[in-house]
Amino acid sequence: MLTEEQTLNEIMNLAAAHFKVSRDQLRPDDDFFKTLNIDSLQALDLLTRLEHHFHVEMPDYELQGVSDFRTLASRIQARL
Amino acid sequence: MDHFQGQALSWQLSAGVIELTLHRDPCNEIGSLSLTELEKFADALDDLSRKAHALIVHSAIKAGFCAGADLRELYYRSQEMGKGDAVAGVRDFLTRIHHVLNTIDAAPITTLAAVHGVTFGGGFELALVCDLIIADKMARFCFPELRLGLIPGFGGIPRLKRDLGNGVVRDLLLTGRSFNATRAQTVGLVSQVVGEGEALRAARATAAQLGKFDRNTAIAAKKFIKPIPYQELRQEIDLFCRLFAEPAVEAGLRKFVESTDLQPYLP
Repeated sequence: MLTEEQTLNEIMNLAAAHFKVSRDQLRPDDDFFKTLNIDSLQALDLLTRLEHHFHVEMPDYELQGVSDFRTLASRIQARL
Repeated sequence: MDHFQGQALSWQLSAGVIELTLHRDPCNEIGSLSLTELEKFADALDDLSRKAHALIVHSAIKAGFCAGADLRELYYRSQEMGKGDAVAGVRDFLTRIHHVLNTIDAAPITTLAAVHGVTFGGGFELALVCDLIIADKMARFCFPELRLGLIPGFGGIPRLKRDLGNGVVRDLLLTGRSFNATRAQTVGLVSQVVGEGEALRAARATAAQLGKFDRNTAIAAKKFIKPIPYQELRQEIDLFCRLFAEPAVEAGLRKFVESTDLQPYLP
């Protein structure tokens, strides 16, 4: 099973690739709405991609108040 | 009318397949304009169905199939009217959209919804009236109405109950959560999950298959296995209108409309 650090890394890699942002620009405690320049609709798109990537299902209310990659990783890790 | 080009939607009949294309920015929100054009489609459907063996409903908007009712229009119109008039206006809208969706639901033709992205609220309800839902893997389904102090008002509850186990219906309605196409297929909502951007292609392939069968047999089979829950649909309208009169709804709509997020779709 992945460690939380590995999960975090994979999330940031996937987000950078999909939203065409340089991976070097992303940091674990970044507000991903601002760094990726996305709205909540695009955040749902990211959630769907993460669900497929990690083979998990995440009720979107678990994203309430989550805006940084580190917390997002811990939410996903809890479902692995 | 074999083809129509509107502002919110268009349709075209070709080689026995009707394609109804939704194309209203930002995500096919269903307000007065869409409703008027959907009514035109419903009026034409009987004649179109005689010349076709399949109907495909799909969206040309990148963000998704349909994000549901036009909440901004609903909020601003409600604010212009007194509470009593607003509720009456909502009842009228619901009665009209129910007529459209009931017409598609009962149409003597096999209907397919080819969905991608956001398929929320009224958009989900539009997909549910179709006989088959083909979803690309990025489709996401949700009934977010509880977040606004409401229930689905376009027939979603009776149709969900028709198609799914009650546990799944409760999960969707009471948590307001969304789930992805894979989950939707697991619970029996979606018949095919395909690659991103492939839903329309898959729907067209399925429609081609449908063209091989005797049309009258298909119509008879559909009528036999797909009851329309008319009484519950009327009850849903009544409950929706009762809830709409509550203060929580105005507060929920205001929060949605005043959000600085372009599309506040997270719970």
